[in-house]
Amino acid sequence: MSETQAVKKERPLSPHLQVYKPQLTSFTSILHRACGIALSAGLLLIVCWLVAAASGEEAYNALYEFVSGPIGTFMLFGWSAALFYHLCNGIRHFFWDFGLLFKIENAYRAGYAVFAVAALLTFATWYCALSFAPEMSAPYIEETISIVIEEGAAE
Amino acid sequence: MKLKWDKSGMKTPLARARGLGAAGHGSDHWMAQRITAFANVPLVIWFVYSLVSLKGADYVSFTTWLAEPVNAILAILFIISNFYHAALGLQVVIEDYIHCEVMKTVKLVVMKLVLFGLGTAAIFSILKIAL
Repeated sequence: MSETQAVKKERPLSPHLQVYKPQLTSFTSILHRACGIALSAGLLLIVCWLVAAASGEEAYNALYEFVSGPIGTFMLFGWSAALFYHLCNGIRHFFWDFGLLFKIENAYRAGYAVFAVAALLTFATWYCALSFAPEMSAPYIEETISIVIEEGAAE
Repeated sequence: MKLKWDKSGMKTPLARARGLGAAGHGSDHWMAQRITAFANVPLVIWFVYSLVSLKGADYVSFTTWLAEPVNAILAILFIISNFYHAALGLQVVIEDYIHCEVMKTVKLVVMKLVLFGLGTAAIFSILKIAL
């Protein structure tokens, strides 16, 4: 190690995260980044899903099995929560871009609102997803079946 | 709008006209991040709504759904806007946390190429199903 590197290493560090009281503003900021990274990973699943569907029924069914399984559902839940948080906090950032909500109490209020709205949207999405029967979401099959039945009756 | 530093004389007239700032790329990145974020809002809402309504869809009903022009177009827009936004966001994260200049450059290039490849794969798949 050269002398300059040794000096560099022994330099005192300025106070860092561990000495500060946690703030909502810094927490929402780093969480925004973390969720953004997680959502980028989520894009990978979307690509897998589209490529599987383009490859054929077998690949689609294999992916569907994974996504609808316990691990897949857990990942989807995590991504939906990250998505709604990133969406709501992104809107909070838009307000800042327009010079609004800069007063510290308003930044805090908006931060709490982001958590509340994100939680609500996540809950509402999963409520809708879980309360609809799978048959309801396959209208094309029902249409196809009814057309086939009608054709059969016509003959 | 008159900015207070307009008359400071620290910049040449050409530099002021270009308005690219100290780093030399102006506010392109910042603006692109905001524009894609703005576009992502309706696209993401459409996407989540579609996923929920597609729950339990088998191969035939999913591909039939995606083959509808409106859905295929929105899906492609969703992919473009999201991948662009992700590339811009991950770029900032890498620039902030990787301090070794060589590794930073390598990771930036790899990240952008991977996202380009994945985005292309997604768009090709949508087109293959839709056309």
